[in-house]
Amino acid sequence: MSISAVLAPFAEFAFLRRALAACLALSLSYGPLGVVLVLRRMSLMGDALSHAILPGAALGFVMAGFSFAAMGLGGLIAGLVVAVLSGILTRTTPLEEDASLAALYLVALAVGVLLVANHGTRIDLLHILFGTVLAVGPFDLVIVAAITTGTLMALALVYRPLVVECFDSGFLYAVRGGGAFVHLVFLGLVVVNLVAGFYCLGALMAVGLMMAPAATARFWARRLGTQWLVSATVAFASCLSGLLLSYHARVPAGPGIVLMAGGFYLISVCFGPYDSLRARYLVRSHRQA
Amino acid sequence: MILPEPMDRTVETFRAERLAAARHRGRRESRSLGGGGVGADVNKTGGIRLRNLTVAYERHPAVHHLSGAFESGSMTAVVGPNGAGKSTLMKTIVGLLRPSEGHIELQGVSPSQIAYLPQAAEIDRSFPISVLETVLLGHWNRVGWFRGISREQRAQAQRALSAVGLEGFARRPVGSLSAGQFQRVLFARLVLQDAAIVLLDEPFTAIDARTTRDLLDLVGRWHTAERRTVVAVLHDTEQVRQHFPHTLMIAREAIGWGPTQEVLTASNLLKARRMAESWDEEAVTCDQAGTAA
Repeated sequence: MSISAVLAPFAEFAFLRRALAACLALSLSYGPLGVVLVLRRMSLMGDALSHAILPGAALGFVMAGFSFAAMGLGGLIAGLVVAVLSGILTRTTPLEEDASLAALYLVALAVGVLLVANHGTRIDLLHILFGTVLAVGPFDLVIVAAITTGTLMALALVYRPLVVECFDSGFLYAVRGGGAFVHLVFLGLVVVNLVAGFYCLGALMAVGLMMAPAATARFWARRLGTQWLVSATVAFASCLSGLLLSYHARVPAGPGIVLMAGGFYLISVCFGPYDSLRARYLVRSHRQA
Repeated sequence: MILPEPMDRTVETFRAERLAAARHRGRRESRSLGGGGVGADVNKTGGIRLRNLTVAYERHPAVHHLSGAFESGSMTAVVGPNGAGKSTLMKTIVGLLRPSEGHIELQGVSPSQIAYLPQAAEIDRSFPISVLETVLLGHWNRVGWFRGISREQRAQAQRALSAVGLEGFARRPVGSLSAGQFQRVLFARLVLQDAAIVLLDEPFTAIDARTTRDLLDLVGRWHTAERRTVVAVLHDTEQVRQHFPHTLMIAREAIGWGPTQEVLTASNLLKARRMAESWDEEAVTCDQAGTAA
């Protein structure tokens, strides 16, 4: 592939440039959030929350049509309600958080699909499920960038307690370090970012851009900060290559991006420097001590 | 069974509390002058009083009408058979479990000044964090969410690591340690926490004999030189006899609580075992007020 094949589409079409900019913003906040989800063994939590957003977004769609503001607000409210409700259920019933969340998000998903199916066309349903990154407008771009900026600032503020909450939540409780609050802030950030992502990539694809690069980062870095960097970089690389794939091979952009992220993941599983298949089976002679 | 509390004990505790407050003020001044290595600001004080404490799982009591006190500066072993409520008691003191009846009074300390080493620490040891960073968490009460870690605090962490025999391990990721080594890292963190009250739940499981001796010496110094209150759940009765002046023997209720040689008797051990084994799914509701056993 020549350089012009990479650059020309973006030089030619403004909507592709906007899509790429939106993807860059998303990648910057998805990288760190995904890594924390992986470390807390909550990978499927992101999936569940992204489904929970659907009925709210659908309600926004029914009331105001295909508008980011209306659908985003609806999705945000629905996602936060499900996150908080499952948190309360986890503390008051013997169910673990994943089980309460699974029960709630499936109901939410059913409600969402019903709403769209009854009030929209089949095309609308596809847009909501798989996103419209190529239709991101200048105003949408500002919203996505603002969400990323806010997320990175919030992460900087809660960095230390968040790390301790992941590593040793019992300790954070014993020193009264505000673990429950930090957990809630973190879930809130995930929901807000999934809302931003779901508009671009769709409810089902957004979480792919969050989790696949994060899982990839584990094979390339040992330290948390480096994992965040790797994850964000891989996410952006997936977006760039996914958009190009979409342009040249005429496939939908959202799935193209996630497919690329999956490709990076597969390569890393096989050849990454840490804990990959190569590291496991290509036995190197051991040291003396 | 309730253990009578002599009046003069209470007076003693009261005195200790006032002393503690005075020392706390002094300590803060010394800190603002930048002084103090690990354990340099000695004489922590703080006691725990249990008043008719009952903690139940699904209405079955794991700790039953327990009253008494871990006096300020005392060093107490908690012994008893499996299922006797030892860990439950520790967790309730820390605040992880809620009493179903009665309450716990902390004397001269806030809950965050209790250092707790759980039995099977629910710690994710595959987490990408280094040994030194883990030990530095012991400074939490001084650095919190935002404050930076000073060169001196870093040096303290290094000294704590040497104290538990892990010199040169600072940069290793915790995932590369053995279970025993990791337990020592947690001990180093306890050293930095510099807490008035230290609760240890079976701290020496998975630790080899020599390290256990070193760590027991360390715990002994907390008691003798620094007057911290130490409560440790232990199974090795020989260890208890040698190192712990006081013992609480528990089998849901207190079998005995006092000087170790008086509590740790063969007849008490037998009694404790019998009581722990009696579990009745259909037990009737307990209506005792905590004055009889």
